[in-house]
Amino acid sequence: MDHVLELHNVSKRYPNHTAVDDVTLRVPKGAFFSLVGPSGCGKTTTLRMVAGFDQPTAGELLLNGQRIEHLRPYERNVSTVFQNYALFPHLSARENIEFGLRRRNAPDLATPVNKVLDLLHLTGKESRFPHQMSGGEKQRVALARSLVLEPELLLLDEPLSALDPQLRKRVRVELKALQRSVGITFLMVTHDQEEALSLSDRIAVMNKGKVEQVGTPQEIYHKPATRFVAGFLGHINWIGDAGVRPESTYIASEPRNGIARSRPAVIRHAMYYGNCFHVEAEIDPGITAISEVPTDEHRYSTGQQVHVWWHIDDEIRLP
Amino acid sequence: MNRLRFWCLAPATTLLAVLFLVPILIIAAYSLLSRGPYGGVMPPWTLENYTRLADPLYLSILWRTSLYSLAATAVCLLAGFPLAWFISRSGPRKSLFLALVIVPFWTSFLVRTYAWMFLLRDTGLINSTLQSLGLIHQPLPLLYTPFAVIVGLVYGYLPFMILPIYATLEKLDPSLLEASADLGARPITTMFQIVIPLARPGMLAGGVLVFISCLGAYLTPDLLGGGKTIMIGNLVQNQFTAARDWPFGAALSLLLMAVVMAMLMPVLRREKDGLL
Amino acid sequence: MSRWLSLYAVAAYAFLHLPLAVLAVFSFNSSRVTAWESFSFTWYRAAFTDPQLSEATVNSFLIGAAATILATAIGTLCAYALWKRGSLPITSTLYLSMVTPEIVLGIALLALYQWMFRYLGLQLGLHTVILAHVMFCTAYVVTVVAARLRSIDASLEEAALDLGATDWQAFHRVTLPQLVPAIVSAALLVFITSFDDFVITSLVAGVDSETLPMVIYAMARKGFNPAVNAISTMIVLGLGVLILLSSRLERKP
Repeated sequence: MDHVLELHNVSKRYPNHTAVDDVTLRVPKGAFFSLVGPSGCGKTTTLRMVAGFDQPTAGELLLNGQRIEHLRPYERNVSTVFQNYALFPHLSARENIEFGLRRRNAPDLATPVNKVLDLLHLTGKESRFPHQMSGGEKQRVALARSLVLEPELLLLDEPLSALDPQLRKRVRVELKALQRSVGITFLMVTHDQEEALSLSDRIAVMNKGKVEQVGTPQEIYHKPATRFVAGFLGHINWIGDAGVRPESTYIASEPRNGIARSRPAVIRHAMYYGNCFHVEAEIDPGITAISEVPTDEHRYSTGQQVHVWWHIDDEIRLP
Repeated sequence: MNRLRFWCLAPATTLLAVLFLVPILIIAAYSLLSRGPYGGVMPPWTLENYTRLADPLYLSILWRTSLYSLAATAVCLLAGFPLAWFISRSGPRKSLFLALVIVPFWTSFLVRTYAWMFLLRDTGLINSTLQSLGLIHQPLPLLYTPFAVIVGLVYGYLPFMILPIYATLEKLDPSLLEASADLGARPITTMFQIVIPLARPGMLAGGVLVFISCLGAYLTPDLLGGGKTIMIGNLVQNQFTAARDWPFGAALSLLLMAVVMAMLMPVLRREKDGLL
Repeated sequence: MSRWLSLYAVAAYAFLHLPLAVLAVFSFNSSRVTAWESFSFTWYRAAFTDPQLSEATVNSFLIGAAATILATAIGTLCAYALWKRGSLPITSTLYLSMVTPEIVLGIALLALYQWMFRYLGLQLGLHTVILAHVMFCTAYVVTVVAARLRSIDASLEEAALDLGATDWQAFHRVTLPQLVPAIVSAALLVFITSFDDFVITSLVAGVDSETLPMVIYAMARKGFNPAVNAISTMIVLGLGVLILLSSRLERKP
């Protein structure tokens, strides 16, 4: 496969801690690639090294096969959408978008700028200043400002975190569609597993400076390589060596056999989530399983003796 | 509560009324009266003290004052901005570098002016060093020149420029600088396209503070200009002492105050939080 | 950071500090001319034994101490009252007193004192200087204390009132203790400003109330006297320590 970005054994070490530890990654051309992990896992530092704001202490960075670690941010054809958008407050939307083109002494500003304004539904808002824009508008200007340069790689640092939750879901759909239509490779950093799963073609899960697993969202979710990955992307019930997702965990009054395994358990409590209940049942002291039960099927009470069961096929077993 | 508030404010309001507002009103009244035969003031009321400001002799002093103040402000801006930028970028040692600007600024204005007399006089350190090195044979005329006055003004008021600029640079979001580099701007372009435009409020505040301080300067032109290059402040003092023309001195004072206030208005209006 | 910027900063700090440093170095020069001869305390001895300098120093300390106590007390009470409820006329007048050029303040006070002399028989002396200093220093105190007050939670006083304290008790048992660092910082600033003032002081001082800056000014104008270097060095060091102390306290949480 053709890779737009490659990281070979990249590390970022500070005198008393290691932010990124021997990371190797390949980002395929045209992909929506996410770096996901808890805060402090090194994902943002990795992104900043690709952008050129931080220098790796070891390893190689390749953009389309060319080494780039020695290049300054303004010499790399990658562009960043910042978490707080970093729009220039003294420039209008149009001037913000023109900024990069002017640095390249582009002969024609109007055509590409109007094109991205149209693409991001900003036409008619180009004379607004950042303080006159809504959160969603700021985000689209930030995207437009980077996309107009047609970078090899677009870096997005927690692009949705500054938006309110209502807007976030909608913008997620728009962002995915945008990436498809422009065909530019996106490298996104996020701590939100749901965001990563829904947007990405490929995900790299990071923890404590290391990459724990790289794969498609389905691989990451259904075949996690480590306990950390399994636990970070959604909840998982650990029953002995087997891991089972709550949506594959069932509760019944009688034990099941055959292709299923079951364990006797006691109902502890249930939490209402609108579309479903999360019912928690204790199998042994210290071992509990959460089962996702549709609202209309929930009829359990605390202390009730039940059986927890699941299909063998749904078991997640770590290598 | 109101009684406590009354007694808390009473001393300050009395002080300001008796020792600030009344004296300024007296000066305002003097500026409209005529000069007494042995100094002092007497009727009739007149505007003559203000029309005399148009006299070429006084106009040249007003012109010189504006020119020196403008020159000192420009030098402070050019010299102060890079230092403010340096301090704002200097990480953990920021407060040390800031203290190195503030401390000499607060230690005796008179001594700091005197230090330049010591350096610039004919037998001063600069001339004696240059002479002992054989670079010059006659001492360079440094003290009692416009150059000395402007150097003294810059030295006296440079921190007034540095501190407000530093305050705006300090508030500058570092991701804006990264965004600029990310979009292809070299450091020098980022400086002129992003940093300087965003530091404009600080530059304006600093510029006004330095300029109005220079307009009212008395000690610097007196000691370093040596009577040859007097500014408005010296002219005011002269009217109240040697020339004994109180009404004209009063008119000059009011003019000075009016200019200072007019220049400060836009800065104070920007400063929403206010100092008090 | 680029090397050029660091180099520039070195030059700029040299410009700010070298003139005073050179002055200090030459205050220890045994020679009367500006060429290094040998290390000596001659000029310090001369400064300490000069009766005019001693008298002026005593005056400066007296004026500084009195102005500090009065301006700090008046300014703190004023800042406190304004914190409770602002007053545009008082705030604007305070601003105005801060931005009025010193020479204008000086001659305006001189004019007032002349009237008081004519109608009330007021003579110029230490008291007129002290009053002048209190006037132009109060605004500094209000500024410093008000800045500190802005960071104080007003509901603390309300809690005190709720628990049965009177207004005065709420002020001096709850708010005042939190203001102490700012008040001390402001007091130091007032002392420095008062101790150093020449322009206003020289206009409103009487014949028997010469201050240190007035004597230094007269000596500086008369011609070169290395004793001025010695006394200047001591002033810079003394005030430098006070300003460091003051800025420490001002930043204290």
